[in-house]
Amino acid sequence: MEKLEVKNLNHHFGFTEILRDINFKLEKGQILSIVGPSGGGKTTLLHLCSGLLDVEEGSVTNTFDSSSFAFQEGRLLPWKNVLDNIAIGLLAKGEKKNDAIKKAKDIALKFGLEEEDFNKFPKDLSGGMKQRVSFARALVVKPSLLFLDEPFSALDIGLKKELQTHLIEISKKENISILFITHDMMEAIRLSDEILLLKADPGHIVKKFSYDLAQDKRDDAFVYEESAKILQDKEIIETFELNSLEIK
Amino acid sequence: MKFFLKILKDFPAYLWSGWGAIASILLFVALWDVGNQTYGNLVLPSPLETFQTLYAMLHDEDVCKEINITLYRASVGFGLSLLFGSVLGLIAGFFATASMMSRPVVTILVGMPPIAWIVLAMIWFGMGDETVIFTIIVASFPIIFVGALQGTRTLDGDLKEMADSFHLPWHMKFIDVYFPHIFSYIFPAWVSGLGMAWKIVIMAELLATSDGLGASLAVARSQLDTPTALALVTIMIGSLMFIEYIILEPIKREVELWRS
Repeated sequence: MEKLEVKNLNHHFGFTEILRDINFKLEKGQILSIVGPSGGGKTTLLHLCSGLLDVEEGSVTNTFDSSSFAFQEGRLLPWKNVLDNIAIGLLAKGEKKNDAIKKAKDIALKFGLEEEDFNKFPKDLSGGMKQRVSFARALVVKPSLLFLDEPFSALDIGLKKELQTHLIEISKKENISILFITHDMMEAIRLSDEILLLKADPGHIVKKFSYDLAQDKRDDAFVYEESAKILQDKEIIETFELNSLEIK
Repeated sequence: MKFFLKILKDFPAYLWSGWGAIASILLFVALWDVGNQTYGNLVLPSPLETFQTLYAMLHDEDVCKEINITLYRASVGFGLSLLFGSVLGLIAGFFATASMMSRPVVTILVGMPPIAWIVLAMIWFGMGDETVIFTIIVASFPIIFVGALQGTRTLDGDLKEMADSFHLPWHMKFIDVYFPHIFSYIFPAWVSGLGMAWKIVIMAELLATSDGLGASLAVARSQLDTPTALALVTIMIGSLMFIEYIILEPIKREVELWRS
């Protein structure tokens, strides 16, 4: 069984302690989100899990066959057009150029890009389109584990919902596991099977929330209701320092 | 191969966009003619006379030989600067210490007037090819070196991380991620290095050799032969414009489509 298991993970940058004693497990087909305030070590944790950073203390065991990464700011190659950007992961795996471009076209259409956009360079794309390309690039390689670094944070609510729906569909259909980080509680509630709450200075997990209802059955009412509930949770209030901001 | 075909395909359209440039050159020639009518033939020969001299010179075998000598020196000097400047600049860019240490040296090289280098080179190498080639190298090497250095220093860490996350093999990393970025820095440096080389070769020849275009210019000066002097200048400017606008600019446009 494929899984990602993190045990007793600690991390330092110089003398600053970033993460302390992180433990969790991500199973095949599961969607796990890590929420917490900005600067709390979420990105560091994701980079450690994906192997972009070397683990110093503790262990990260990743037995998934393949993984890919979608970044917050897209990170497209500015000198490559839309199709070439999407195809880069396939080419890296050694696929033939023609096959790779064909697959890139298919997935680009699925993600709402139009044929006239295929030859555009990133400078001519809107923020939402860049994010679609970045998603398509990560998913076209058919990963069994997908890492997402706040992928929806720069999008408007309509686009956000569209891409989230896409993601839920694809992850169910292809049985993809997803580890993603966000600071948006509603997003986490809509997508995740499990939410880990990461408190800052140093980053450590203070609470886990589980949701059993299947993602495609979660309507707006469910998300609002659960969000309202979770925002009254003592740990959440403390972690995001919600109480100190109340107007007196 | 496909890339060069694309350059060729877009070439006529590029040439067609040159009418504005031609109009401005013709305007310049008209002003030149006004200058001739005001100050007389000795100070400023008319464009017509200059072009007639130029025509006669291009049919003269001796002049062609001088042009070849100058071309040879400029290409050897520029070729060596290009090779060493690019390679050393790239290497220096990859190491923080090397780039830190090379900056002051480059400042010294750039800051030293080329005329001082010519004097030194004449003492070291005597009057001949080596002096000219050496001067070209010290003048255009630092420009190319800095371009290559900046190119590698400014590589985007985020894109590197992206490349790692998709496990790009090293050759793809170099061709698809590093090279286009570095090229956008190094290519303009090559162009200015070439311009510099072409100017320095004439100056060095004028002072340090008895053959080449620069030396012919010195002879024209001593004989007060202004039409020949201007014809020589026209050759130099014409060849530089040819290289820059007909050869380099179309390549640059194609490579940097993603930018503009």
